[in-house]
Amino acid sequence: MKNLFKNYSGLSDRNIPSGMSRRSFLRHFGGGVVIAVALADFNTLEGAVLQQYPDDFNAYLRIGEDGRVSCYTGKIEMGQGVITSLAQMTAEELDVPLASVDMVMGDTDLCPYDRGTWGSQTTRIFGPALRSAAAEARTVLVQMASEQLKIPVDKLYVLDGTVYSTDKKSVKISYGQLTKGTKIVKSLGEKPKLKDPKDFKIIGKPMLKTDAVEKVMGKALFAGDMRLPGMVYAKILRPPSHAAKLKTLDVSAVENVKDVELIQDGDLIAVLHKDQEAAEKYLAMIKAGYDVPPTELNEKTIFDHLVKSAPEGTLVKEGGNLNDGKKESEFLFEEKYLDGYVAHAAMEPHTALAVMENGRMKVWASTQNPFGLKDSIAGSLNLAPEKVQILQVFLGGGFGGKSSNGQALEAARLAQLSGKPIMVAWTRREEFFYDTFRPAAVMKINSGCKQDGKITYWDYGVYFAGQRGSEHFYNIPNHKTIAYNAGWTAGGVHPFGTGAWRAPSNNSNTFARESQISIMAAKLGMDPVEFRLKNLTDERMIRTLKAAAEKFGWKPTKSPDGKGRGVACGIDAGSYVAIMAEVKVEKTTGEVQVERVVVAQDMGLVINPQGATIQVESCVTMGLGYALTEDIQFTGGEIHNRNFDSYEIPRFSWTPKIETVLLDLPNEPAQGGGEPSIICMGAVVANAISDAIGVRLYQMPMNPERILEALKS
Amino acid sequence: MEKKVRFTLNNQPRELTIDTERTLLWVLRDDLTLTGTKYGCGMGHCGSCTVLINNKPVRSCVVAADFVEGKKVITIEGLGTKDNLHPVQKAFVENDALQCGYCTPGMILTTTGFLLENPEPTRSEIIDAMEENLCRCGTYTRIIDAIQSASKEMKGGI
Repeated sequence: MKNLFKNYSGLSDRNIPSGMSRRSFLRHFGGGVVIAVALADFNTLEGAVLQQYPDDFNAYLRIGEDGRVSCYTGKIEMGQGVITSLAQMTAEELDVPLASVDMVMGDTDLCPYDRGTWGSQTTRIFGPALRSAAAEARTVLVQMASEQLKIPVDKLYVLDGTVYSTDKKSVKISYGQLTKGTKIVKSLGEKPKLKDPKDFKIIGKPMLKTDAVEKVMGKALFAGDMRLPGMVYAKILRPPSHAAKLKTLDVSAVENVKDVELIQDGDLIAVLHKDQEAAEKYLAMIKAGYDVPPTELNEKTIFDHLVKSAPEGTLVKEGGNLNDGKKESEFLFEEKYLDGYVAHAAMEPHTALAVMENGRMKVWASTQNPFGLKDSIAGSLNLAPEKVQILQVFLGGGFGGKSSNGQALEAARLAQLSGKPIMVAWTRREEFFYDTFRPAAVMKINSGCKQDGKITYWDYGVYFAGQRGSEHFYNIPNHKTIAYNAGWTAGGVHPFGTGAWRAPSNNSNTFARESQISIMAAKLGMDPVEFRLKNLTDERMIRTLKAAAEKFGWKPTKSPDGKGRGVACGIDAGSYVAIMAEVKVEKTTGEVQVERVVVAQDMGLVINPQGATIQVESCVTMGLGYALTEDIQFTGGEIHNRNFDSYEIPRFSWTPKIETVLLDLPNEPAQGGGEPSIICMGAVVANAISDAIGVRLYQMPMNPERILEALKS
Repeated sequence: MEKKVRFTLNNQPRELTIDTERTLLWVLRDDLTLTGTKYGCGMGHCGSCTVLINNKPVRSCVVAADFVEGKKVITIEGLGTKDNLHPVQKAFVENDALQCGYCTPGMILTTTGFLLENPEPTRSEIIDAMEENLCRCGTYTRIIDAIQSASKEMKGGI
């Protein structure tokens, strides 16, 4: 085949991965067939507008001469399992074995632009485009086979990466043979038809993680595992509080010490040493005095502060007339819900290794957004963007926290200043200080209903949680939802950094809404599932709730004393979730044991049922933490709980029996899976506690202290 | 203070001169490039840095490096090979008992040490033994399943 650069016109220079010329791009790929993926069809989702690149590429597939398929994407793997599910989608549409797909992820030199791995977007937004590209690659390869074998396309079929004649199975040619000596680059034109779900062999089948073996062997490389000749650790002088101002500084103890390099650059004071413990030891010898302004803000006073600091509200949704609704109501409810600050607390702290090499800055970083990091490093160090490369490494958990990249900016800055390869590996103590916490929030709900169980009005205001998930999905004639601060950051209001935390906003919003719904049901003496069904018209939610009830064996019965059952529903990232839980509450100690959790989830087409089920279990387990114990303690910008002895995350003994029902909807579009089922954990636990001991908790976490206090009053 | 330390590391005799102020974790990670042993908290709270010393799980972040003198140390790199995974590693793969994989080496070595001492544990004994190992991704249920299947496979052997 001398079919060089066929359809090459689809590639403009803008489409070449950043930092690469068209020539080097093609050289990089060598021979083979390359198909590019564009996401131009997708532009908005849930408040976050995707950056549009109408003629840009967001991924490439390359079918090499060895028959192996490489998928290049700016997404990263942090435990959520997309290294497996993206390969499944590619293998399915290309008709190749899963094991022949290699994922090339998050390298800003090799991979095309991606905004970030967050918002449960990989499968639902990126997935369809990737499948289209793989389907197109298959079409191109079958056409090539047709020319080579001189057999019409409709007389050919593909099995495991080989094209066969339908008439004679011995007449065949493999993808590898087809691509030999070939160099074809195509951008995705007209969308080819995707496979009918009934023909799926790989999508929808439970697959074990493709990265499991390297991980159980300790071979998977995280940012802190990278090593370069001459690498040194940097330990940076840290203030006691985010509000602290440096007043006095004495670095004499570390000046002119063998093997120690001191860097002072404005606000950045760091000690470099090849041994990280020595670097810490010398850093501790620096004498620094700070002014810390007095403050009244702490985990108790923060809620009044938030309501007082609220900006003008953003109307999220309204309908009918609140006054009419209130007049119609036979029962009125006015409640306030509180949620404290929660840490991401990934097991791997933020880490980055940076080196300046031949005028280019190379950074291996634990980051959820390599391309965003590349731009911020280029901006802050005054480098041209093509002079910065971020390289993929595995992430030891992210949960939204690694979309903030302070450690990588520090490493790059120090690498530029010192000329050495610099490792910045935050200690757990630093991690608990510089984390961008889930914001504390206040949710106020006024609602009303009639004796027959119809909700008549709903007046909802959310302060600082953000608006995602604030919209209710019940059939309420008169309603209004206002978000006071629609996002999860709020300059100057919080005494430290806040940011996106797994299903941002939605955890706080769902806690409030689903608590309120169960409070109304209880007042009427109605079963909370029956009450919800009475007020739901959304068929997806109705069938999801019914699926959970069926699996759980939910019956409108009274629980024995000290034991309780709860229910909560929610929508996140396009997926519908209903969760039911059984808890045991020890009234004398206030301790809660969640014994059983049933999750029903409508996430449309499920790419990897095994991976999706594991994400549900992950959400349930992690969600128990914010529901029961996790709470940042602070005095203004000073954080008090800075390790796992004082910040309690879920442990083995907490783990309930978790049963997951993924609704079987192969013909529906795939929706999010990494976040949705965490959103119900606060409310389901609150509702079950209330059922168990007859008292209502309005504040998360629902720790023993608060439960005992509620029991007393 | 510099000191010469002799020990067995992943079944090979080793001799190192190390500063006794240093912890085993960073000697393994930096001097020996055995980066499978992870830093998680630096205070012995999370178990990510667990290695086996004389077949007992030990938190390498709070142990002085010279503690290994004359002892037998096993890190995740010394447990099994790709073609011959240790039964505990195999059980973790087969039960999908990991997500991000960062706590995994510590979980596997804690499990291995525990099963050597208690080859047929009950579910609640497993939970007690693993309670101080933290996983933020929430894989606990699957790790418990993995430990149960490894226990059947190992039958008290390694």
